[in-house]
Amino acid sequence: MAGLREPVQRLGHSMTERILRLGFASRFFAYMLLHSGTAFRRFHLTIREIYFAGVLSLIIILVSGMFVGMVLALQGYETLQRYGSSEALGILVALSLVRELGPVVAGLLFASRAGSAITAEIGLMKATEQIAAMEMMAVDPIARVVAPRFWAGVISMPLLAALFSAMGIFGGYLVGVQLIGVDEGAFWSQMQASVDVRNDILNGVIKSVVFGVAVTWIAVFEGYDAQPTAEGVSSATTRTVVTSSLAILALDFVLTALMFTGGTK
Amino acid sequence: MSPPAVVEIEQVSFGYDATRRVLHDVTLRMPQGKVYAIMGQSGCGKTTLLRMIGGALHPDSGTARVLGADIASLETAELYALRRRMGMLFQFGALFTDLSVYDNVAFPLREHTNLPAAVINDLVLLKLEAVGLRGAANLKPSELSGGMARRVALARAIALDPKLIMYDEPFTALDPISLGVVARLIRRLNDSLGATSIVVTHDVAETLPFVDHVFFMADGRVVAEGPPGEVERADVPFVTQFVQGNVDGAVPFHFPAPGYRADLGLEAKV
Repeated sequence: MAGLREPVQRLGHSMTERILRLGFASRFFAYMLLHSGTAFRRFHLTIREIYFAGVLSLIIILVSGMFVGMVLALQGYETLQRYGSSEALGILVALSLVRELGPVVAGLLFASRAGSAITAEIGLMKATEQIAAMEMMAVDPIARVVAPRFWAGVISMPLLAALFSAMGIFGGYLVGVQLIGVDEGAFWSQMQASVDVRNDILNGVIKSVVFGVAVTWIAVFEGYDAQPTAEGVSSATTRTVVTSSLAILALDFVLTALMFTGGTK
Repeated sequence: MSPPAVVEIEQVSFGYDATRRVLHDVTLRMPQGKVYAIMGQSGCGKTTLLRMIGGALHPDSGTARVLGADIASLETAELYALRRRMGMLFQFGALFTDLSVYDNVAFPLREHTNLPAAVINDLVLLKLEAVGLRGAANLKPSELSGGMARRVALARAIALDPKLIMYDEPFTALDPISLGVVARLIRRLNDSLGATSIVVTHDVAETLPFVDHVFFMADGRVVAEGPPGEVERADVPFVTQFVQGNVDGAVPFHFPAPGYRADLGLEAKV
């Protein structure tokens, strides 16, 4: 029994730590929402962050979207033509992207490209006392630094996911229609007829907004809570990528279960 | 009648946790208009004291009054209002790396005033001229030397004409020329702004000549205070060792350890 005591104590201690940190992250989130006025009143601060988080992520999002769409078309055609329904390729590509791959893959890419950058930037600002200097100048760093970055992430994420899906559909078109020779009319018309604005597109947008909130919340919190050392900032950046990727996948399952079950479509 | 005190610390004790006390029963008073130095070894509590004066920490017991306000009783909004009357120079400047020198100095003005851009421009150039760096207005912090960065941070700290200016180790890692420039600026700016300055440092040779009053701290206590000339001559073993830079004395060279011979295995450990 005595041998068991120490591991159990350690487990309990680590669980308590995690729960306390989650509590701190939630209070941080609430405080940030309450102090978001500056991010909207001085919207140029948020626009600047949208450039860093959103615009600079465009290349990776567009190129990845294109390749994912091209692979989807290749794989989808391979299966569909066995059942003589290769004209349904447009539906397969569009639904896979709009419902799932767009928000999820764009979210994962956003977490590694923009989330990590946000954490590293805020963490380094803390390590070099820029956050403390701001507080000493009577400027609330959560309102001035954190909130604009958070809202920039929340605004950028659905736009990036939409662009990812659009590029993916274009990639699917290039491979399916131009390369393999699926009928162009069938490709587009079946897609138009089967993709529903509310059930498919809106649900995809909701997912990407939720992922945007989750990823950016994790990124700003990890940066703000980072140990102010080189090692602390590096491990906070790693935690941002790992935690937000897992959060995206877990949230995706929950959201999919809520949205697409019960025979709504 | 003595001038009103800008900082009044009375019997303040503080610890970051229950086991580690950093300040023990510290009492000090800083009347307006002078340049004060708080000196002592690393870890003696001087930076903690400075952070308390800046309102970042609250005393566990005792009272800390700064510019007439009791630090511990302030709400966040009141603390921020108080901080608008303070300026602080951080150890390595803490300039915002994404902003130019000009925008760094303009930062507090833009955040706290509604002045037109033309007026802000004049004020920024005025402050930069005061620290001799008007010509560097368009540079980025990464393009500045350590001494220049410290001077820009000083221009930013005085942007709102503060009543109290705090310096946390302003001479760390500076070459002798930059060090002399920063020291002269601290004195000159304090006198021209009619402010009160607190310099936390362990740089004896550079600090004592230009400050009006010095507090020596050791182990979280003020062990001696007074004008530099008087304190240097005071018969306090720690101050003598600190000022003269002696290797051994009130602060021993050796960290406490068991007997040397016993550690080497030459005699039985007790």
